[in-house]
Amino acid sequence: MIVELGHAALWLAAAFALLQALAPWLRAPADDAERWTGLAVPAALAQALLVSLAFGSLVWAFATSDFSVKLVAENSHTMKPMLYKLSGVWGNHEGSMLLWILVMAVAGAAVSLADSPLGDRFRALVLSMQGIIALGFYAFLLAASNPFARLAIAPTQGNGLNPLLQDPGLAFHPPMLYAGYVGLSVAFAFAVAALLERRVGPAWAAAVRPWVLAAWAALGCGITLGSWWAYYELGWGGYWFWDPVENASLMPWLAATALLHSVAVLAKRDALRNWTILLAVVGFSLSMIGTFVVRSGLLTSVHAFAVDPARGAFLLVLLALYIGGALLLYALRASTVAVGEGFAPVSREGALVANNLLLAAGLGVVFVGSGYPLLVDVLGVGPISVGPPYFNATFGPLMIPLVLLMAVGPFLTWGAARTDKLARKLAVPGLLAVALALYAFAVWDVRAAFSLIGFALSAWLGVATLAILWGRMPWRTPRATWGMALAHLGVAFTLFGITASGALTRELLVNLRLGESAEVAGYTMKLVDVAPVAGANWTALEATLDVSRGGQPLTVLHPQARLYTSPMMDTTEAAIHTRINGDLYAVLGKPDGSGRWQLHVWWKPFVIWIWAGGLIMALGGALSMTARASARRSAAQPVGALVAA
Amino acid sequence: MRALFLALLLLFAAPLAADPTMPPAALADTPLPDAAQEAKAQALMHELRCLVCQNQSIADSHADMAGDMRALVRSKIAAGESPDEVRAWLIKRYGDWVSFNPPTHGAALGLWLAPLLFLGVGLLLALRLFRRRGSETKA
Repeated sequence: MIVELGHAALWLAAAFALLQALAPWLRAPADDAERWTGLAVPAALAQALLVSLAFGSLVWAFATSDFSVKLVAENSHTMKPMLYKLSGVWGNHEGSMLLWILVMAVAGAAVSLADSPLGDRFRALVLSMQGIIALGFYAFLLAASNPFARLAIAPTQGNGLNPLLQDPGLAFHPPMLYAGYVGLSVAFAFAVAALLERRVGPAWAAAVRPWVLAAWAALGCGITLGSWWAYYELGWGGYWFWDPVENASLMPWLAATALLHSVAVLAKRDALRNWTILLAVVGFSLSMIGTFVVRSGLLTSVHAFAVDPARGAFLLVLLALYIGGALLLYALRASTVAVGEGFAPVSREGALVANNLLLAAGLGVVFVGSGYPLLVDVLGVGPISVGPPYFNATFGPLMIPLVLLMAVGPFLTWGAARTDKLARKLAVPGLLAVALALYAFAVWDVRAAFSLIGFALSAWLGVATLAILWGRMPWRTPRATWGMALAHLGVAFTLFGITASGALTRELLVNLRLGESAEVAGYTMKLVDVAPVAGANWTALEATLDVSRGGQPLTVLHPQARLYTSPMMDTTEAAIHTRINGDLYAVLGKPDGSGRWQLHVWWKPFVIWIWAGGLIMALGGALSMTARASARRSAAQPVGALVAA
Repeated sequence: MRALFLALLLLFAAPLAADPTMPPAALADTPLPDAAQEAKAQALMHELRCLVCQNQSIADSHADMAGDMRALVRSKIAAGESPDEVRAWLIKRYGDWVSFNPPTHGAALGLWLAPLLFLGVGLLLALRLFRRRGSETKA
């Protein structure tokens, strides 16, 4: 019954989405348009409430293991821990689409409840765009992938959830990612509304900025969680494989990064109007591609759930309609957008244009690299693989000038910047950058040029960013400056983590008998025991590894080789000892048949910095997002001056 | 050496039918004694696709076939072949699909030209932006 109520709520929500989509366009003769337009806000709120009910009823079905619901029977199991019963709601195709709609409706409610500096009519247009986008998803959900479908005969037990997905990191990865994708839908709706109303300008930029920042921060969090999950769960200690599905989430993030910087230029200098609009359109288009291409099964990957081709076709048509429609509108209206002001090359906006150029080129590279194998396959000229070597050789070099500029940009003023004091300000970061590279060369024995550049750049960016805050009163520094500095600092952390773990990882691969030890990077591992253990829905062989350093016992690691029972699947549970200067990462392999156990242990220096940096970036974004409100309070601080990021 | 090679070919005759109850091939998870050779082998293994997995390198995969391919890579490197020779041998056998490093000829050429194209077009657009300084701007 509850499930049927949820299904009904979803239909009703779709009706409200339709009303929301039509509200600003409805106008009976001799009627006043205001009344219809005013319906958009209550419609959006009602839609959000109803989708929440629908989602809640599906959560209920999973929580109570109601196997008469097809989706629950296919994806859940009574023995699963409650957290994974709940995350199982979106750990499948139908549920993840419902989650998307939920997040979208919540975003619509947020737009309805937040201030609307551009007026009620503009807000109604934004909500209308959101309604139109949501309608496509409703159609897809209700017609082609109903999450509430019942089974004629309920099985007594469910099929379970892929054990790799039974993990706290991954439980929250999709909601964060979707929050980011959907946040970009707000930017998209703002862009389309601005094109329709011909209101592209600084006021528009200031109004859209918090939404872009929110989306950017959520996406960053989602990607960080996903990467961290891959690191500890997939069992080989890799955190980014340039997998098409990973790239699908990276691309919207890159677009959002470019967008929030170009929004700053638009807000302050009234320039880059068309480009900013295009980025907003592209950012959400990539979000949709990210979701749909993954869901449509076009890309095979560990992350993709299998779906049937008819659904894939539905999604691709939807995608073509939205993106095509938006680009068409852009093509028609872009030439009518009044052009903005001109630029001096050495200025804050000059640096931001370079930022956009490099980010867009990087985005293009990721797009081409992810799509090319598909293209080559379709053309029938033999399958090729595009993996880390390609991206390291192309994306990597594009990021070098980007990081170089990131350190300099914040020191430049808007308009023609004075450069006389620049050298003095950047002397210390420059010196420390060279010092760290030399240290890596001499002490850590790093010889690869790319790694040395990575070390130098992380110090350069980190120190230069700290220098922005140096000598300022923390409480008198604008929140947006704090946000920008944190975000840039996060990049320095991540870059350092990537470089150090890439260049300095030590690996140990041995077969040990009980009682034997081996050493990696100064840590001695002694295999004390291998014993069977059992969990709620798995059994495992668990090794006990005594770790010591210089004779001092340090920790005990328990890597496991797990066998999940529902569904049957082998996984390895790495044991990780995290320190600020690196992780010990141990994996238990197979017995070699002569009483020895295979052990794979890595020392991965500074690897935690990668994700710490990701979270710091997101935190910076969140902090910046709140800056607008505080800006309004202090009239002395014009909004434009705050968009330092 | 020849005998070793033949033995490996035999080993590879039915890699998909590898018996999971058999212990893994000796070199699948045993590093080479020569650290420099092992480093070369490791680097190469990270660039080779596990053919039965979803987007994993043979270095990262627990599949039996990946183990067999690791053993092959190690034995070839130990036999003195350069990583490029091993890669070429595998590409000849399995096609370009096996290498995560796409070829630099034929249809894949566009892949390598794309970054230059993007950067070039972007630079032209950006320069126009600065040249129009003072008058009107359009990106």
